[in-house]
Amino acid sequence: MLCGLVCIAASVPAAAQGVFDAEVARLRDASFADKEAIVQRLTATGDRRVKPVLTALLDDRLVVRDRDQAIFIISTGDENVSPVDLTDPLTLQRTGSAPRDGLTKIGTNNRLRKLLRIELARFDLSSPDRETRLAAVEEMLRALDESNVALLRAQRAVERDGQVQEEIDVGLALVALDGADANGRLDAVTHLRGKLRPQVRNRLAALLDRTPDGSYAEPDARVRAAAAAAIRGIDRMRAFYSVLQTLFFGLSVGSVLVLVATGLAITFGVMGVINMAHGELMMLGAYTVYVVQLLMPTHIGVSVLVALPVAFIVSGTAGVVIERTIIRFLYGRPLETLLATFGVSLILQQLVRSLFSANNRAVETPRWMSGTVAINGALSLTLNRLYIILFTIGVFAVLLVVLKRTRLGLDIRAVSQNRGMAQAMGIRTEWVDAMTFGLGSGIAGIAGVALSQFTNVGPNLGQSYIIDAFMVVVFGGVGNLWGMLAGGMAMGVVNQVLEPYSGAVLAKILVLVALILFIQRWPRGLFPQEGRAAEAS
Amino acid sequence: MTPVRERGDRVLLGVLAASAILVPVLNQAVPASSAWHLSTYSLTLLGKYLCFALLALAVDLIWGYGGILSLGHAAFFALGGYAMGMYLMREIGPRGVYGNPILPDFMVFLNWQKLPWFWYGFNHFWVALLMVVLVPAVLAFVFGGLAFRSRVTGVYLSIITQALTYALMLAFFRNDMGFGGNNGFTDFKDILGFDLHEDRTRVVLFVTTAIALALGYLACRALVDSRAGRVIRAIRDAESRVRFLGYRVESYKLWVFVFSAVLAGIAGALYVPQVGIINPSEFAPINSIEVVIWVAVGGRGTLFGAVLGALLVNYAKTYFTGAFPEVWLYALGALFVLVTLFLPTGLVGLLPERRRTGPLAIEGTPLPAAQKAK
Repeated sequence: MLCGLVCIAASVPAAAQGVFDAEVARLRDASFADKEAIVQRLTATGDRRVKPVLTALLDDRLVVRDRDQAIFIISTGDENVSPVDLTDPLTLQRTGSAPRDGLTKIGTNNRLRKLLRIELARFDLSSPDRETRLAAVEEMLRALDESNVALLRAQRAVERDGQVQEEIDVGLALVALDGADANGRLDAVTHLRGKLRPQVRNRLAALLDRTPDGSYAEPDARVRAAAAAAIRGIDRMRAFYSVLQTLFFGLSVGSVLVLVATGLAITFGVMGVINMAHGELMMLGAYTVYVVQLLMPTHIGVSVLVALPVAFIVSGTAGVVIERTIIRFLYGRPLETLLATFGVSLILQQLVRSLFSANNRAVETPRWMSGTVAINGALSLTLNRLYIILFTIGVFAVLLVVLKRTRLGLDIRAVSQNRGMAQAMGIRTEWVDAMTFGLGSGIAGIAGVALSQFTNVGPNLGQSYIIDAFMVVVFGGVGNLWGMLAGGMAMGVVNQVLEPYSGAVLAKILVLVALILFIQRWPRGLFPQEGRAAEAS
Repeated sequence: MTPVRERGDRVLLGVLAASAILVPVLNQAVPASSAWHLSTYSLTLLGKYLCFALLALAVDLIWGYGGILSLGHAAFFALGGYAMGMYLMREIGPRGVYGNPILPDFMVFLNWQKLPWFWYGFNHFWVALLMVVLVPAVLAFVFGGLAFRSRVTGVYLSIITQALTYALMLAFFRNDMGFGGNNGFTDFKDILGFDLHEDRTRVVLFVTTAIALALGYLACRALVDSRAGRVIRAIRDAESRVRFLGYRVESYKLWVFVFSAVLAGIAGALYVPQVGIINPSEFAPINSIEVVIWVAVGGRGTLFGAVLGALLVNYAKTYFTGAFPEVWLYALGALFVLVTLFLPTGLVGLLPERRRTGPLAIEGTPLPAAQKAK
């Protein structure tokens, strides 16, 4: 392996090697404009050391040692890390380490970084990794000069991967639009039909521009007509995808609402208990994530998963305690329950303030949760939103199974439908009450875990969600889980549809007002309970 | 008329009358060096408590007598306060930081060119007074009208009142609303030409508040003693039965709700010139809920209990937030829990048993816990 590298290095003519060494040395004092020229001359050498050196320059990792003006590549661009490992750019061998203070980085500006990225993309174009090639093509599409086009053509001939081929074709078609042959341009426009990258639409629109003397930028009428048609098509698709995007955002916002309301749907919807401390039970869940991350700082990736059962137990236990000590004395008196649980919420808030301070706590997001999935040029889904939707559906499904398929669920339904009869059948209603409340509270804790990834974890976390949670439950129809799901999702989507026109706060206000009006008209929500259960409530 | 209530009325009105006379004397006539001197700070604090007492009265009227638990009454309080605040802002005139004679400072700051239409007329005191009454009344009329007509009751009503005040809070936080956004109104100069920073103006404001509270109290008393008051109590205890007897339940509820909202608005209007600021946090749902706890602590359905509760809890709040800030929320939370669990009739319920028999049991809310315990 080492021998192979040495052999390759040896195969480069000695003169070129000398050029490389000299040009690298010149980087030390060069102006930005000079650096651009140096970078171009460096790439022209074809030396194998060019890529690591240019990558280092782009990442602010190419430094000059103040003591002897020697140039090094360092291990990290992070200025807070010291000491750092030094690598000699000429030999690419590690030559020890040095404190950060004695090193001055070789600066870059926007123009230079752009050039560096394109030059590096040319290296990546022949990478065996598909993703790297895709990224390289994307980078090169930003600057389609002759040499890049030549490279793309060459790569197209040997490229096997369909997606990379397609990307390269888009680039080549964009270039073909500048060709002299009208038929060639027409083919290019045809090829670009339905391609959603912003560059394509801009370039096609440019064809329809008029020059100052009144003639079109594109002389051929057929090409212009085709371009106009292509633009219309692209715009239609973009509109379609933006609707999808809004829907996706709306569903993710709605998922948060549903998640927040699910625990309440149990305690309020099934038991009829107004639990104003519901928000604070979520807050406990969010703080559980914080504590778990403190306990396992090296495993942030799994911390959230670990926190889920822990939060369920923490909030569930808190819920059972609240039920046994306070709420059970207040059944049948909803307004009193409301006040007492509000008192509990204040105590819990202050408890968290005393334990963790009044400031927000930093909760880290695992790496696997951040990032986006680009479906195409017009639609990309953020992963954390995708996860929250899936998570909500999961929690909802588990809850349904618990309620419909387990003994506890059977007891819960029996007690909520006819307490006296359930008791007569030998169900320990008091125990079921405590377990039901614990279940609802535990789900609140799980919701808190999810919220810790979206909002600030602080003592006020619960307060900001409690009203939304109640609105979702009332809107969907108290005691109706499916209604809650539909209601929460609908609220999220409506909110997201309104937002671009009204701004975030006004959208929220409008949704609240709409809900208030809705409840006036249909006090029992979207899907009211029917039959005996409704009469009893 | 019953002994406890009569005595409660007499004591309350007596204390109010006495403080309306004594407080100004202690503040103005007694020299600052004397131990009997009442500082202007304390005077303002007392005035603030009296405003809260009026607000508590409004809540007691609908909750204690009407069974309507509003968790959004601070919204009416804040609206009254904002109406007064708009007048006070216009009064500043060219003395603002930017010296614009028409536009309040925050509008100049936001580059507004002309006064929004809803600010017209607020340079007249009487317009502001009219709005103090009218704005809460109209909101209560519309909101209550819709809610009562569709028979939204109990916790549902509580939740949507809370949503109402929350929505209003979000709205008033917006700069584009034209109400000063986050900062609200402050830096007031004078009212009707009298300097707000002068002790004498503050004394007058205090006395006005005391009189307003006394009048509000008498009005509430007259209302609950009237025939309509008995219908309202009957609605609280058995809404359907009253409806079947042929009463228009919705109208009774609506009018008492509107009246209560107006009282809250007046309380807010008196509050703002004394504390010198009004901002959207007054709409925060927790404020409304705190009012409910004042009433619960004092004893709901008694009117004087509400006043007592407001004064006591607020005094405790001032004391605790000064002396042990971290304890206050524990204390308040515990108060909520303990009062609902062990003291459903509030402090008034602790009055000697002999006097409580009869009148309170009928007049106060039914006591399921006590009944269950027996």
